[in-house]
Amino acid sequence: MSKDKYEAVIGLEVHVQLATRTKIFSISSAAFGAEPNAHDDPVCMGLPGALPVLNRAAVESAVRLGLAVGSHIRPRCRFARKHYFYPDLPKGFQISQFDEPLCEGGAVTFRLDGELRQVQLTRIHMEDDAGKNIHDASGVSFVDYNRAGVPLCEIVSEPDIRSADEAAEYVRAIRTLVRYLGISDGNMEEGSLRCDANVSIRLRGATQLGTKAELKNINSFKHVRDAIEHEIARQSLLLDRGERVVQETRLWDPDRGLSASMRSKEQAHDYRYFPEPDLPPVAVDEAWIDRARRSLPELPEARFARYTTLGLSAQDASVLVAERAIGDYFDAAVAAAPAYPKKIANWLINEVLGRVTDPRQLAEESLAIPPAALAELVDLVEKGTLSGKLGKDVFARMWQEKRRAGDIVATESVSLVSDTTIIEEACKRVVERSPEEAARYRAGAAKVMGFFVGNVMKETGGKANPKVVNEILRKLLG
Amino acid sequence: MAGAPHVEGASIAALATGVAAKTWKARDLVEAYLDRIARLDKKLGCYLLVDGDGARKAADAVDRKIAASETVGPLAGVPIGLKDIFVTRGIETTAGSKILKGFIPPYESTVSARLSAAGAISLGKLNMDEFAMGSSNENSAYHPVHNPWDLERVPGGSSGGSAAAVAASLCAGSLGTDTGGSIRQPASLCGVVGIKPTYGRVSRYGVIAFASSLDHPGPFGRTVEDAAALLEVIAGHDPCDATSIPQGPGRYREASKAGLAGMRVGVPKEYFQTGMDAEVEAAVRAALDELARAGATLVPVSLPHTQYAIATYYLICTAEASSNLARYDGIRYGYRTAEAASLEELYVKTRGEGFGSEPKRRIVLGTYVLRAGYYEAYYGKALRARRLIADDFRAAFSQCDVLVTPTSPTAAFKLGERSADPLQMYLADIYTVAPPLAGVPALSQCCGFTRSGLPIGLQTIGPALGEEAILRVAGAYEARTDWHKRLPQDP
Repeated sequence: MSKDKYEAVIGLEVHVQLATRTKIFSISSAAFGAEPNAHDDPVCMGLPGALPVLNRAAVESAVRLGLAVGSHIRPRCRFARKHYFYPDLPKGFQISQFDEPLCEGGAVTFRLDGELRQVQLTRIHMEDDAGKNIHDASGVSFVDYNRAGVPLCEIVSEPDIRSADEAAEYVRAIRTLVRYLGISDGNMEEGSLRCDANVSIRLRGATQLGTKAELKNINSFKHVRDAIEHEIARQSLLLDRGERVVQETRLWDPDRGLSASMRSKEQAHDYRYFPEPDLPPVAVDEAWIDRARRSLPELPEARFARYTTLGLSAQDASVLVAERAIGDYFDAAVAAAPAYPKKIANWLINEVLGRVTDPRQLAEESLAIPPAALAELVDLVEKGTLSGKLGKDVFARMWQEKRRAGDIVATESVSLVSDTTIIEEACKRVVERSPEEAARYRAGAAKVMGFFVGNVMKETGGKANPKVVNEILRKLLG
Repeated sequence: MAGAPHVEGASIAALATGVAAKTWKARDLVEAYLDRIARLDKKLGCYLLVDGDGARKAADAVDRKIAASETVGPLAGVPIGLKDIFVTRGIETTAGSKILKGFIPPYESTVSARLSAAGAISLGKLNMDEFAMGSSNENSAYHPVHNPWDLERVPGGSSGGSAAAVAASLCAGSLGTDTGGSIRQPASLCGVVGIKPTYGRVSRYGVIAFASSLDHPGPFGRTVEDAAALLEVIAGHDPCDATSIPQGPGRYREASKAGLAGMRVGVPKEYFQTGMDAEVEAAVRAALDELARAGATLVPVSLPHTQYAIATYYLICTAEASSNLARYDGIRYGYRTAEAASLEELYVKTRGEGFGSEPKRRIVLGTYVLRAGYYEAYYGKALRARRLIADDFRAAFSQCDVLVTPTSPTAAFKLGERSADPLQMYLADIYTVAPPLAGVPALSQCCGFTRSGLPIGLQTIGPALGEEAILRVAGAYEARTDWHKRLPQDP
């Protein structure tokens, strides 16, 4: 099978839109979702005479990203013009970085099937985004320049990735990271996280790289996987047939599940890079880097390690670190009930996460069960005031009614009865009216205990503390 | 009231004083200039657009302020003209090109806004070589400009309209831009004062780009003091231009009257070697003698890399121009071809029809210079040569305070005489291209006339931010000579 015969070699270029207030080189809003061309100004529209002025907040975000992945931050970087013609590109060139990018090296770390993986980075550079062409059904084209000038970081990986799944996890790790840093929404669907893939294959064991194809228009995690999977299969088939892979740029068509050639190597643009004369080189001094470093939050890997030392399984820890808001929620709950990290993790993963559509909602103030409230509930269950089942009922009511567990328990007497005299009387009644079962238990049929417990619970309306019931029954039947 | 003001040959200083003293109304000045423009500009071709209504409105606003004894700016009521490369809100701005015909900017350049804030009144937009590419103003897509001293001759370029309008008293002062000599060379050919300031001293925001690292906005005036007065208003930091110098402007007007006592004037031997017209050389040497008599010490200096300046300049300016002119694609503004079957055809036809031959020539040259794999051989090498040229100036200024040279190797040449030969035209910049490469300030003023009555220009070059030094020398020279008082006859 060709799948085992070949090894895929994949490098990704991930574009992250930075969530700055204004655009990278001008004053209009960088927000998503406005009326077309509502966010324009002379600079991002490429009007004659307009000049770019660098938004330092964008540099700050990029520096933090670079530090988070362990890149070298160049003390002096420079912008360069990258030329091509397209209606969504107002100036006829993109202001990008070429031979002097802001960040060099670094690595993105993530887990694939429980195994630690590290993808080395070539560089991270800053650039401005283009606008968006919109083609209507009648064949008329429009251009929306709201996106033009939104700051981008382009994260270029080394060809370290070996499978479509790994590529998808790598992109997911970048999304997690930029959301931890708070520098981007990381929404693939809205285009704030985009990805181009360079894919080649070679015979397993070979050291020389094969001819690569570049895949564009990859707009979701599913597309990352599908497009690369398809490309590996396409190239494998070519090589199996004795044909050659052509170096080209291909456009992924998610609806048809295949890619088509966009331009060959010969048709590739000559971008005519040269240093942007309108922008002086950018100096990032040690003090700035230190400030940025101090502003970094605990990053996913460190958090993962901390959670495993709390006794969480790797699987649970992975779920909790996948989104900053989940871990923040967890940490706040554990701070309120430090004795039960594992229990809190269970409740969070099984109950809370199932009830939100986007885990980032956990950070919202209007959340029905804030971390302290969950901690309180877990505490009631662990202390025996509530059984697991009752706890779940209370949880549901908390979510529905936005009430605290203590409040529900206090006002509606849903708590377990731990009063031994009440339980003892109920136990006695059950044992007295079931002499046969008592005899069988005493003869060694231990599982009959379940019968007694069940009946006592019935007797008490399900409120008896099962631990206490067990103890008393054992004494009575002993 | 002294009745209608006589504006021919009037200085900015005299006009501003007259308005402030209520000798004239700003409106009277505007009417006087509009009348001259109406009568004379058909023969000169200085203006691409005359904004009579806007000028009258602005003048009335100044007059109301003065009548109400409100504070007004230092240029209150002074009618000026703007090279059509400065974008003006609501007023068509074309950069002398068909590709921007009908373009009405939604914003105002920093320097034109500063002039308005100082009370100056814009009469309109002045003719220029298309996208500031040229040395004769013959590359205007609209019509040529005629030199007021001889209508058969060019005014120089690319700010030909700006220089000729001041010479012919069609405005009291004007703004131009200088990339390789585009202020100083026309100032020389029209016998007025033009200043190319230090790079970054005057904001480029709203100045249509030709070659970003070389474009220098600057003023034209009839006298050194007039040019200094305009510079004082337009200079200074602008947060909208990242290459703008942070510190505030100097006291240029004061410097123009401070005298040159104790100053060392460098005479670079490379600027007196070849190709100079004999009458030009005689006038420039006489000017040097005059400076010596005024108390300056003449110091022979050398700028050894001068011979590489033209080649360096044309590599850099064409590369940057090919990039800056990429935005004129017919998509968002300006000219768009009538019909195109595809996007590529839209680009090809729009740009093919919209640009004149000089921008096309430079786009092609610049595209060649920047193509992948050749960057080091051309652009990279040009940047290194540029550094050497800048180093030459730094070294020279360790021995002297300013340099004095000719501005142009010849006086004004005839219309059509060089337009068929771009190389010959490029050599008109031989004395003016090095200062913009080094970013240092330079000024041109009149230092005599040829036998046939054409002005000859004298260039004074200073170190970076040495505007005051060149103004002291130029002001002292002007104070000892009468050349600036000569006026061309009205056509």
